[in-house]
Amino acid sequence: MITIQQAVKTYKGSDEPALKSVSLQVERGEFVFLVGASGSGKSTLMRMVLREDVPTTGSIHVLGEDLINLASRRVPIFRRRLGVVFQDFRLLPQKNVYENVAYSSKVIGKPRAFIETAVPDVLSLVGLSEKAKRMPSELSGGEQQRVALARAIVNKPDILLADEPTGNLDPKTSGEIMDLLQRINLGGTTVLMATHDRGIVDRLQKRVIELKNGEIVRDAAAAGYRDVNTGELPKSEEF
Amino acid sequence: MKVLFALSESWAGIRSNVSMVISIILVTFISLSFVGIAALLQLQINEMKNYWYDRAQVAVYMCTDVSPAAACPTGEASEAEIAAVDAQLTSTVLAPYIDQYYFETHEQAYEKFSEEFADSTVASYVTPEQLNEAFWVNLTNPEQSAIITESFSGAAGVEQVRDQRGYLDSIFSFLNAGSITAAAVAGVMLASALLLISTTIRLSAFSRRREIAIMRLVGASNFSIRFPFVLEGVIAATLGAVLSAIAVYAAVELLVQDFLAVRLPFTSFVGAQQALTVVPWLILGGVILSALASSVAIRRYLKV
Repeated sequence: MITIQQAVKTYKGSDEPALKSVSLQVERGEFVFLVGASGSGKSTLMRMVLREDVPTTGSIHVLGEDLINLASRRVPIFRRRLGVVFQDFRLLPQKNVYENVAYSSKVIGKPRAFIETAVPDVLSLVGLSEKAKRMPSELSGGEQQRVALARAIVNKPDILLADEPTGNLDPKTSGEIMDLLQRINLGGTTVLMATHDRGIVDRLQKRVIELKNGEIVRDAAAAGYRDVNTGELPKSEEF
Repeated sequence: MKVLFALSESWAGIRSNVSMVISIILVTFISLSFVGIAALLQLQINEMKNYWYDRAQVAVYMCTDVSPAAACPTGEASEAEIAAVDAQLTSTVLAPYIDQYYFETHEQAYEKFSEEFADSTVASYVTPEQLNEAFWVNLTNPEQSAIITESFSGAAGVEQVRDQRGYLDSIFSFLNAGSITAAAVAGVMLASALLLISTTIRLSAFSRRREIAIMRLVGASNFSIRFPFVLEGVIAATLGAVLSAIAVYAAVELLVQDFLAVRLPFTSFVGAQQALTVVPWLILGGVILSALASSVAIRRYLKV
């Protein structure tokens, strides 16, 4: 599903690479947490999976595509097989809930019949059927993130990338979002989630990949935010 | 990407950018109107050339007693000299170039003169002898007047050979200068229209950067991201082009046909037919130029 080999990313004007020889493999249907302090390389890694950027050296294959050699006109077609949600929701403020979700289907030219059944389905999955006509500004943060999730999955992506999706939410609402993410994962979608939220990682006990200064320092199945073997907090965590 | 969806996105862009879009409309309107004026002036020149060149004659003026001595040392042209010119005009050398010609006597010249200056006191001072006898020559091809000029300039009893086209050429060069000026203004205005379109597209792309980011994330193709912006520029410029088309057509109908043509009945003017040949090019030109400007702008400012 995702195979990265010895990926190095150096940004122009910076001596220290953002990623130093990262290798990892994610299989279909996995749920993976990506943890690490700000600047550890989480975002760079997410950007590469989305093909917003490519490694300076090394290789990255996602959904069978060689992203380094992917022609730029093929990039949009590749991205249609991915869903993305962000900490700041990124909804279109002048479109209502239904339109926000339908937008991502319309943009890639899905037929109206598909949109008219898929959008209500996915809105009911995230529990927002009642609020389809509301504007984003009339929704709570948790509801807005559910709209964003609905938008990310309406086209049935193979991989869902979540970049700190609970970063702006209170613990209870975060829990609801995580339940949704797990349901989406159970439906067969691979989920890759970057997070700082210790509680969530500890409770779910999924695979955890920890980055520090652009390197993978831990890749453990069914782990918590803190290393169970040593009981220590990851050194990169800052309080 | 559905066309309706692209249209609704363009419409959203136009609404959020009303003042810029209006300025595009106005600038394309003015610039294309100047293009239209330049084109119509050229057509007017052609029209007048066709009309007048066919009627333009070459006059071979014979000497009179009052002619300048330099051209006519022997005074009034003798009958032999007149006959010699006549013979040369019918000769095998010149005949092929000549459509027809006739001789105008002092009396005929005086009659014409009196008619033309009926209202003026000048007519009463002029006597028939002072007016040149002349051969009026219609050429098969009016461009070849040099043949007549060369054959008769300096011939005995000939005072002067004059091509009427000489008078017209100064009118044409005046009209031509007008046409070139209009084209130059049009060029400057078009350049500013293109820059304005490009700036507007840039602003529009900036004000919709959230949508664009989301479109990219959900995998919209480059074309479907760019197309609404290009369409926005094209729609605005097309509106301007349509306005200029109306303006050019109205100018021809109201100013030229209803005003000038009525007051100057002996000249042929551009009419609806010429206006209608220019108008589609204005609109087509507006569409193509704005499409080019918007696609270049969106390529530069919107990296997908």
